[in-house]
Amino acid sequence: MSLKIVVLAKQVPDTRNVGPDAMTPEGTVNRSALPAIFNPEDLNALEQALRLKDQFPGTTVNVLTMGPGRAAEVIREAMYRGADGGWLLTDRAFAGADTLATSYALATAIKHVCPDVDLIVGGRQAIDGDTAQVGPQVAEKLGLNQVTYVEEIKALILNGEGTKAANVGTVVCTRHIDGGVETVESPLPCVLTVNGSAAPCRPRNVKRLMKFKRALAPLELPQGQTYEDLPYADQYGCKQYLKIGQLTTADVNADLQQCGLAGSPTKVKAVENIVFKAKESKQLTGSDEDINGLVKELMANRTI
Amino acid sequence: MSNYYTDIPEIKFELENSPLMQRIVELKERNFADKDQYDEAPQDVADAMDTYDKVLDVVGDIVGNIVAPNAEAVDAEGPHCENGRVRYAEKTYENLVAMRQAGLNGVTMPRRYGGLNMPVTVYTAANEIVSAGDAGFENIWSLQDCIETLYCFGNEEQRQKYIPRVCKGETMSMDLTEPDAGSDLQSVMLKATYDEENDCWRLNGSKRFITNGDSDIHLVLARSEAGTRDGRGLSMFIYDKRDGGVDVRRIENKLGIHGSPTCELVYKNAKCELCGDRKLGLIKYVMSLMNGARLGIAAQSVGLSQAAYNEALAYARDRKQFGKAIIEFPAVAEMISNIKARLDAGRALLYQTARYVDIYKALEDIARDRKLEPEERQELKKYSRLADAFTPLAKGMNSEYANQNGYDCIQVHGGSGFMLEYACQRIYRDARITSIYEGTTQLQTVAAIRYVTTGLYSQVIEEMLAQEVPAECQAYVERLRAMADKFNAAIAQVKEAQERAEAAGEDKNNVHDLCARHLYEMAGDTIMSLLLLQNAVKCPELFAKSLQVYVNLAEADVEKNSTLVARMTSESIDSYRQA
Repeated sequence: MSLKIVVLAKQVPDTRNVGPDAMTPEGTVNRSALPAIFNPEDLNALEQALRLKDQFPGTTVNVLTMGPGRAAEVIREAMYRGADGGWLLTDRAFAGADTLATSYALATAIKHVCPDVDLIVGGRQAIDGDTAQVGPQVAEKLGLNQVTYVEEIKALILNGEGTKAANVGTVVCTRHIDGGVETVESPLPCVLTVNGSAAPCRPRNVKRLMKFKRALAPLELPQGQTYEDLPYADQYGCKQYLKIGQLTTADVNADLQQCGLAGSPTKVKAVENIVFKAKESKQLTGSDEDINGLVKELMANRTI
Repeated sequence: MSNYYTDIPEIKFELENSPLMQRIVELKERNFADKDQYDEAPQDVADAMDTYDKVLDVVGDIVGNIVAPNAEAVDAEGPHCENGRVRYAEKTYENLVAMRQAGLNGVTMPRRYGGLNMPVTVYTAANEIVSAGDAGFENIWSLQDCIETLYCFGNEEQRQKYIPRVCKGETMSMDLTEPDAGSDLQSVMLKATYDEENDCWRLNGSKRFITNGDSDIHLVLARSEAGTRDGRGLSMFIYDKRDGGVDVRRIENKLGIHGSPTCELVYKNAKCELCGDRKLGLIKYVMSLMNGARLGIAAQSVGLSQAAYNEALAYARDRKQFGKAIIEFPAVAEMISNIKARLDAGRALLYQTARYVDIYKALEDIARDRKLEPEERQELKKYSRLADAFTPLAKGMNSEYANQNGYDCIQVHGGSGFMLEYACQRIYRDARITSIYEGTTQLQTVAAIRYVTTGLYSQVIEEMLAQEVPAECQAYVERLRAMADKFNAAIAQVKEAQERAEAAGEDKNNVHDLCARHLYEMAGDTIMSLLLLQNAVKCPELFAKSLQVYVNLAEADVEKNSTLVARMTSESIDSYRQA
């Protein structure tokens, strides 16, 4: 019995090693100064998906990512690690999307390319926005159950052939909560968002790397060129897996009003740099007096 | 978040900047015939080179993010012996799983057995990268190289049985040493007897100092010819752990490479298969095995030198005394520059050796399928000889350098380096074995000295001196010419001293053996200087400083050894004899 799994992944600027030029004078992220990487928690999500693929032969794992042409690198990376392929969701109309518009785009794309998906897995949140909203919103838009803060998929029980339409099966996972973990069960299909403390993703496999290294999305091709113009053009002719799928708003029948900037109610009012300084730290005990004092202070400066 | 390959541009330089590399890829890929059959096979030379680069990027990533961060815990925990089996340190399993998932096994094996069909040169790079992260783990991982010997000398049935298993990540060991057979392997006594009833061979006895001795597949040197006492009575066997019969009696407690289990093995009527022909075990197969292993130790040594350099540099930049970083002090900066110079020079020798090995091995492999053309036979002979000459030089020189570099690395750390809290102490301890196992430096000298006396090294040096260099490097050529002259003069002095000894009715070998190490070092110093000069001509940004520093060191070393040889050949050598 096999599964259809979609992994949601994002290419993000590496905010973990920021230099002095990481922010623009306006306070936004200076994307050109930071290397673009596979969002770390999406790698944890990919690993959970690949473990299911190991366990259930015939399972397909495909990556869905929204972004410019270079974001296809995330799909290639995932293919090196074991994913079958993926789709680059890319269109000027998608640009400037907040979490609402992003989740609309992703959910619309999934309905289009993988309507019979069994499991959608993504990282808890991306390191550039840190919202943790996209996974849950995709679940809402598709009308699926969601499990957030997943540590590990403990079991996946399939109901067997022929029952797929009604109820494919059940997934059992542990999720990270304050002070411990809880084990939850959800019927399939559903959406899981995976924590960074989950198992790290397996490394790139070198044979897969050799096989897929030339895989490209159409948007990555040099301006005005087709696959036939590339070096090793014959390879693209005979190996379809070297052509990474690409989807535009038109391809997935997206409502342009709900996409990109137009579909994003979030407006950034201001961005402030907050620099923590060691001299500003305070030691508090667990006494009622200290706690009262802290609460009053935080209320006074409108933190809470 | 570091990458042990991309962070060190010198490795990529070594891979890509030799005129031999194109030839190596063509020979190894045999007109790129695999490309129609295997999705992962390269289309042409450029494609193969691109693949090597990307594969090493994976190695560097795994080492930077898994193997190196695990090294301290592995060193502290080490392996354990439980009920006759080895249990590695917990983090060693994590390393092994990562390497297996990445498919970094059977690196040099043909694709038809599940291998990656990559040149020894690329495997050597992977080896040094792994070693820079954890030299102890490098042992376990790089013993996959034993499969080369099985591939070369085993039959097709054995190849099909064992090579795919190694490509999937099963580990190997070479069971050679015994309590009374260390450097002198002719004395091996492990008994191999033919079991008529079950139509198989059986092993009985024990082995000692076996690295990764509880591996899945062992190559075992044993005495198959009852009543013999020398090397001609020894054969090579394959023991499959799945058959059982070999237990680990104990694991040694060692100074370094703690992650690598060094085992005492007991063979109790263990079933095994003969590999190749009887009686050729030591003479032919172990020599092949050892040559591969020696190149591996040379790579391990270079990795350790790289680690020593990284640690020394980072500490010296960070540590402040007298109001400034200690790297600002010339006495400290000199130590670090010397480490870097020996590292770059030793690495140049390592890759030159690996390339020689690649060409002759690839031609040998072609010769298994078809008759070689006369010019190919010439080429095979030439590179096989160069590989034999360069392997002991690369192993001996680099292992001694790793020790020196580890020592200097601690010195840069001062008192903190002596405490067990910095990585430098592990590097220093791990480096110590490199000049001992797979043949001590003294035995590398024995293997190399014939190429001193037959003039092979001198010939290589002459050819390199004759190469064109830009005008600004001409001064180096003159200094190197002077070093070569001293080397040749020293060889002549030893020969004359031998003649005098013979005329006086004394053993002429004494003076030869006493001077051997000094001639060997002179050859190494001069050849490495020349290789570094070639590198610096191509890429001064990476190598100009090292060239200057290394030639200073090498020149002084040649002078020292030249003086010693002159003294040893003219004075009584009795002073060098201890009763």
